[in-house]
Parts: sequence; structure tokens; C-alpha cells
Amino acid sequence: MHRARPTATATGVARVAVVLALCAAIVAGCSTNKETSTLLVSVAASLEPAFQEIASDFETQVPGVVVDINSGGSNSLAAQIIEGAPVDVFASANSEAMEDVLYWHAATGPVQTFALNSVVIAVPPGNPASVSGLEDFGNENLFIGLCLPAVPCGSYARESLASAGVVASVDTEEPNVRSLTLKIESGEIDAGIVYTSDVVAAAGSVDSILIPDEHNVDVRYPIAVVSADESGVAAAFVAFVMSDDGREILASFGFELP
Amino acid sequence: MNRRQRWNRTERPPIVIMALGVVGVMFLALPIIGLLIRTPWSDLGSLLADDVVLDALQISLVASVAATLISFCIGVPIAFLLARTDFRGKSLVRALVLLPIVLPPVVGGAALLFALGRRGVVGGPLYDATGIVLPFSIWGVIVAVTFVAMPFVVITVEAGLRSIDGRYEGAAESLGAGRWTVLRRVTIPLIMPSLASGLALTWARAFGEFGATLTFAGNVQGRTQTMPLAVFVALESNRNAAIAMSLVMVAVSLAVLVLLRDRWWGVS
Repeated sequence: MHRARPTATATGVARVAVVLALCAAIVAGCSTNKETSTLLVSVAASLEPAFQEIASDFETQVPGVVVDINSGGSNSLAAQIIEGAPVDVFASANSEAMEDVLYWHAATGPVQTFALNSVVIAVPPGNPASVSGLEDFGNENLFIGLCLPAVPCGSYARESLASAGVVASVDTEEPNVRSLTLKIESGEIDAGIVYTSDVVAAAGSVDSILIPDEHNVDVRYPIAVVSADESGVAAAFVAFVMSDDGREILASFGFELP
Repeated sequence: MNRRQRWNRTERPPIVIMALGVVGVMFLALPIIGLLIRTPWSDLGSLLADDVVLDALQISLVASVAATLISFCIGVPIAFLLARTDFRGKSLVRALVLLPIVLPPVVGGAALLFALGRRGVVGGPLYDATGIVLPFSIWGVIVAVTFVAMPFVVITVEAGLRSIDGRYEGAAESLGAGRWTVLRRVTIPLIMPSLASGLALTWARAFGEFGATLTFAGNVQGRTQTMPLAVFVALESNRNAAIAMSLVMVAVSLAVLVLLRDRWWGVS
């Protein structure tokens, strides 16, 4: 081993070079396709199903563009953008998260309201616990779920409960409306408050009980371009969301339109 | 270490190994450095004295220790069966043991919900007969973290059992020791390092479990909210609190892993 040492070091260096070159090639191989550009769109969890369809329609209309949908709680999406996630378009379920982004991170397009929503009581199919309205949320014998107070669906739910004068006995606070809906669908939660559009999206896997207008809330969804958008594709995507095609899809997923 | 090595400890390792190793270490250390840079050191005390943190820490410690004990009781026997016996479907059992490691924890949590939830295959009859509901309670947290963490002790102990020299046990038997005496005086001391490291890994995985806990047990402060859930919640509302709690998790986990390593692995 000692005899061969100088050569061993030389070949060692060569080997490092080869291995590093290989690693680089693997990394580069994933991103050198020049023909397509990728648009990263962050959307509130409640918007995800509608935006999947909007994205695939947009991809057919604008060849060469791939739209990736990143969904989650509006505030964590805002935090990701502020921390430098390469997001092109942000569609939020509340104006606070959008304002945070505008404050910490320049948006290049105007902020537009593209959809409206309201909240509704969701119960498992057949309403096994015979929930009839917001007043049942104070019943300690029922399993009650809400979204976290920090995410829009949670703050809207609490707003609605407060206006009805109900103090909820909450058994779980879910990070987003999807995980809350899962627990309602599976019957673990007797009642929860979700967006009206979620009940439409869940299509029969949950039942709903309307919350009267005087205790309901006005949910407005803002959208904006949040990247430099040199190619204009992000602005085109926002325009598509605002267009008749986009509005039709949003309406089919249970959103109201501005 | 008295086994023959390809290169001496004091000699430099091959440069490829060294360069790639340094890259690997940097990759693992970088996020921790990022966390330390963002830590609001001056507010740390007041951020951590919060009820949310103390409740979450307590639930995490209780659940992770319980998961480790349960894994010892029902996971180690699986390891013995896998290492020492032959039976039909053994490869299926081994795959089943590995499944929680490779499954996304959220999938595990949802599967637990469908099996052990109030309307689940087993949870339903359990609820009808006894009124016990696992989700939304500390028991649900324990079930979720045990499901995800137990495989670590099974695979480590199985590997330990396979690597010990069967002649020691044979010698003990030939000297008249009964099966339990052999197990207690020979086998367990021999696999002690792998048992300890397996339990430490199981504990650490349970302490850090997030997805299955959230999906199966839900999230309420003081009831089912573990440290990882509290960190996740705080990321939505209070970033500095989230960073402070993350730091506690890093510190506790590192302390346990390093202490156990020195104590049990015999690395000086």
C-alpha cells in the first residue's frame, strides 16, 4: 500500500472528479429540458382540487408549460414564499397571508379576488350524531373538529361560532381542511366546520348542514403573481383563472364567483 | 477494535471517501446550522416556558417512552421469531415489519384510523363494547407512534441475534442451563448492544413522529399535541416559538442518542 501511494492519490483525485461529475450530471439531467417551463403555483388546501383541473386545462391551452400545484395551509405557503421558495403564483384563502407575502416579498402582479366561499357544518354521511346546528358544537359528548385557529378555515369557523355565541368543545384542531374532512368522512368526528366548496368536492362522502347567513362568513380568495415572471407565463395563468374557463371550473367545485 | 482494517485509523482514508464523507456530513449539519442561526436566543427562555411547549413536551415524553416499552414487549419477540425460527409466510412478516418505515406516516395514520378508529374494523366493536375511543386521546398518540417506531427495534435486534455465535448458547445448554436461563444469562447480554441501539432508535423515532399522530390521534393542546405537532402549529402562527421548540427536539434527541451511544455501543 505504501509503495503505491503517490499513484493512489492521483487516481484518487481522478476518481473524485468522476464521481462529482456523475453527481452533477444526475442533478443537471433533471432540469435541462429546454422545451418546457415549469410554473409553481401555491394554493390554499381548499382550492387544491379546483386548481388541479385549472392547471391541466391551462397546460393543454399553453403547450410547453407544466404547472405544479403546491397546496397547504395559506400561512405556511406564505412562509415558504417569504423564505424564498421559487413560487410563481400564490392563491390564498385569506387576505392576511397574501398581505404578509406582499409585505415581505414583492409581488409583481396586482392582487385580485377570484373566488368566494362560505362555511358549512360537515357531518359523516347520514349524520349519525344527529347534529342540527352550531349550538351542537358546545356538546361535550360529541366529537368536534375544527381547523387550527391559525389557518383560515379555523379562524372563519371560530368567527362563525362566536357570532352564534357558541363555545366549541373541540376534540381535534386540524392543520388544514383536507385532514379535517378525512376525519369527518371516516366518522371519527361527529361534526366540523368546513368550506361550502369542500362539501361539494367531497361529493357525497360527507353531509352538510347550512349555517344561516347571519352567522356565516365572507371568504374571499386573493391571487397574485409572486415571482419576477420574465416570460409572462405566471400572469397568463392568473388571467386564465380569472377567465370564463377558470370561473366555470371554480363554480363546478362549489366556489361562488366575485 | 481488534479486527483487521483496510486502512489504519491514524492514516488518511482514500480521498474519494473523505471528500464524499465531508459532503455528506455538511448535508446533515446544514439544516441544524440554519436552525441555530434563526434561533431567537434572547427570548428562548420565555418562548419555552409557554404552556403549549410544556404540555407538548410532556405528551411527547410519555408517548415515546410508552412506545419504547411496548416495542420491547411485542417487537423483540418478533425479532426472535424472525431470527430463530422458520415458518410459512416469514418473508411476508418481515415485509410487514418494514412497512411502517417505508410508508408515509400519514398513510399509516389513516390506516390506523380505518382499523382502530371509532368506526374502524376493530375500533368499532371495541367502542360498542367498552366505549373506548383511541383517537383524540393519549392512547391514540401511543398507538400511532408505536406503529411507526417499533420496526427499528425489530430489525436491529434481529440483526443482533443473527450475528451472535450460537456456540455460547450451546455451551450454556450443555452445562445444564434451561431455556430461560440461557436467554437471560447468555442471549440477552450478547445482544445487549443491538437491543439498546434498537430501543434508542425506536424512542427517537417515536419522539419525532408527526404524520401518523396527526392523522390518527388528532391535535389538541394538552391532550394529543406532541412536540412535532406543536412545532407545526407554531410554524403557522408563531415562528420564533416553532424554532425554539425545534431546538429543544434537536437537543433532547441528540443528548439521548449520544449518551446511549457512549453507554451501550462501547465507543470511547
